[in-house]
Amino acid sequence: MEAFTTHTGTAVPLRRSNVDTDQIIPAVWLKQVSRTGFEKGLFAAWREDPGFVLNNPAYDGATILLSGPDFGTGSSREHAVWALQQYGFRVVISARFGDIFRNNATKMGLLPVVLDGKVVEELQAAVEADPATPITVDLVEREVRLGSDAWSFEIDDYTRWRLMEGLDDIGLTLRHADQIAAYENGRQPWLPTTV
Amino acid sequence: MGRTLAEKVWEQHVVRRAEGEPDLLYIDLHLIHEVTSPQAFDGLRMAGRSVRRPDLTIATEDHNVPTVLGPIEDPVSKTQVETLRKNAAEFGIRLHPMGDAGQGVVHIIGPQFGLTQPGMTIVCGDSHTSTHGAFGALAFGIGTSEVEHVLATQTLPAYRPKTMAIEVKGELPVGVTAKDLILAIIAKIGTGGGQGHIVEYRGEAVRKLSMEGRMTICNMSIEAGARAGMIAPDETTFAYLKGRPHAPKGDKWDQAVEYWKTLRTDDDAVFDKVVEIDAATLTPYVTWGTNPGQGLPLGEVVPDPAAMTDPTERAAAERALEYMGLTPGTPLREIEVDTVFVGSCTNGRIEDLRAAAEILRGRKVKTRTLIVPGSMQVKLEAEKEGLDKVFQEAGAEWRQAGCSMCLGMNPDTLKPGERSASTSNRNFEGRQGKGGRTHLVSPAVAAATAVTGRLTAPADL
Ligand code: SF4
Repeated sequence: MEAFTTHTGTAVPLRRSNVDTDQIIPAVWLKQVSRTGFEKGLFAAWREDPGFVLNNPAYDGATILLSGPDFGTGSSREHAVWALQQYGFRVVISARFGDIFRNNATKMGLLPVVLDGKVVEELQAAVEADPATPITVDLVEREVRLGSDAWSFEIDDYTRWRLMEGLDDIGLTLRHADQIAAYENGRQPWLPTTV
Repeated sequence: MGRTLAEKVWEQHVVRRAEGEPDLLYIDLHLIHEVTSPQAFDGLRMAGRSVRRPDLTIATEDHNVPTVLGPIEDPVSKTQVETLRKNAAEFGIRLHPMGDAGQGVVHIIGPQFGLTQPGMTIVCGDSHTSTHGAFGALAFGIGTSEVEHVLATQTLPAYRPKTMAIEVKGELPVGVTAKDLILAIIAKIGTGGGQGHIVEYRGEAVRKLSMEGRMTICNMSIEAGARAGMIAPDETTFAYLKGRPHAPKGDKWDQAVEYWKTLRTDDDAVFDKVVEIDAATLTPYVTWGTNPGQGLPLGEVVPDPAAMTDPTERAAAERALEYMGLTPGTPLREIEVDTVFVGSCTNGRIEDLRAAAEILRGRKVKTRTLIVPGSMQVKLEAEKEGLDKVFQEAGAEWRQAGCSMCLGMNPDTLKPGERSASTSNRNFEGRQGKGGRTHLVSPAVAAATAVTGRLTAPADL
């Protein structure tokens, strides 16, 4: 995955709460067996409304999504992350994320940033006033900056390190293959197998 | 200090623990289906990796399959199912394809085979994996990258979520089901109420539930934002498991039960969060909005957003009512539906079908009514009991097993503006078909609603 250190870009204000993954990428898009082409399905139903914020050309090229609370709730579909990334987003900022979405995002290098709901609204208001407003998301400093304002956000050290290095989890885990094998030898004898 | 059930199961599965890193957890069972796995298998192939433990992995076809007999007509769905077949064959994974007696919704077949057991760690690329927590297993949904990780390593790096107790005091009144209880819980704590937590459901009303009812509760933990839901195993659990194909046998059974009995929260253990709910005050619940937290007792009216003080909640309610085509103040009982759906991993088990059949026996449905068993085995069992006849005589459609209208990936969908009473778990916008409007209900309410064409409790008939 692409490493993430610091990113500056413009943002889209999505003034909705409970943006579930069925809205981010509707189920019909989940039939694909490839990992590409999901940008077309991003918010597919909402995009049919000409008034939907992503249809406003002023926000073309934005890379940061500013959403209301409870973003990415619902289904575990990682397609939601792929759709956001393939559309061009590198960061989603919200007051609260669905746990699985947040996990999926960090596996793929899409940065989920938790900021206080009030701050998110401030940021939304700023980009609504001027869509060209650049926002910086600095993972190194764990900080979001707009003009002279800065807000810090929390992310655990390990996930931050992995994102900054762009590391593949599987490769990291396989370094501990010995420990996995040792654990396997001690598993309880009654545990089932599928064969 | 004592430990909670979730902590005990977690600790038992730690392969590796290092300062500043997530725990590496061993996974006892990995369930696979066609939708979230193709890109994971591709990833393995690209990296030249194999599946570490095909013998702890099982696959089924559920999301895309048609619920009428015959082949899959949609070429894209067909490709996805065929891709799963190819992948299962290539990597040596047991698969239950369409038409096979073991096929069904992934969360229904695990328990049915006895593969879901207390104290296990279970994952699947599907958020409703929380269902398996009903057995005292630690079970959670994962994304496709994690599916690939589990396939390659049989482990997952994860931070231990916080723990939360939901204490259900008292007994559920007659006519109030597990589904009503979980809808009431989500309405109380909200769709983010369990976020970052593993929930343990406790208390008298929970202990009295059947395994089917417990699965309904744990299934919808994710709708309250929780990572997983658990219920401590007890005699009800053991009785359900005993004799199932993959349950331990002989001495191993005794050994297992002895261990399973230790899987309960110690009296002096402390949860990070505790919520209490009084079961005795509950009545049948329905949702009126577009997230599962927007629910009320059936006797209430459509709420008025103007009366809501929280601005985010008010905006969400306004939007939901617009989407749902509802006016504040309308009694929920007066809402007319076009379609009734009984099925899904929430309520597609035999007990759910029995509950619906009991109401439909000798009556006629007024709406299009789809009855979709959660698995082939549930279907066969229902047919042995003659439930299929009851449904058909009432005018309902008796279908093949699958996810069906729960998410509308197969042809079973609502048309724009159509309204359903559905026993599934999500009332999101467009979940059951673009523009479709969903009211989540219990199987009993679904069946009563089919009879009158309006949201109805069995007691109203
Ligand atoms: S029945 Fe519904 S919730 Fe359950 S696995 Fe299928 S689509 Fe998901």
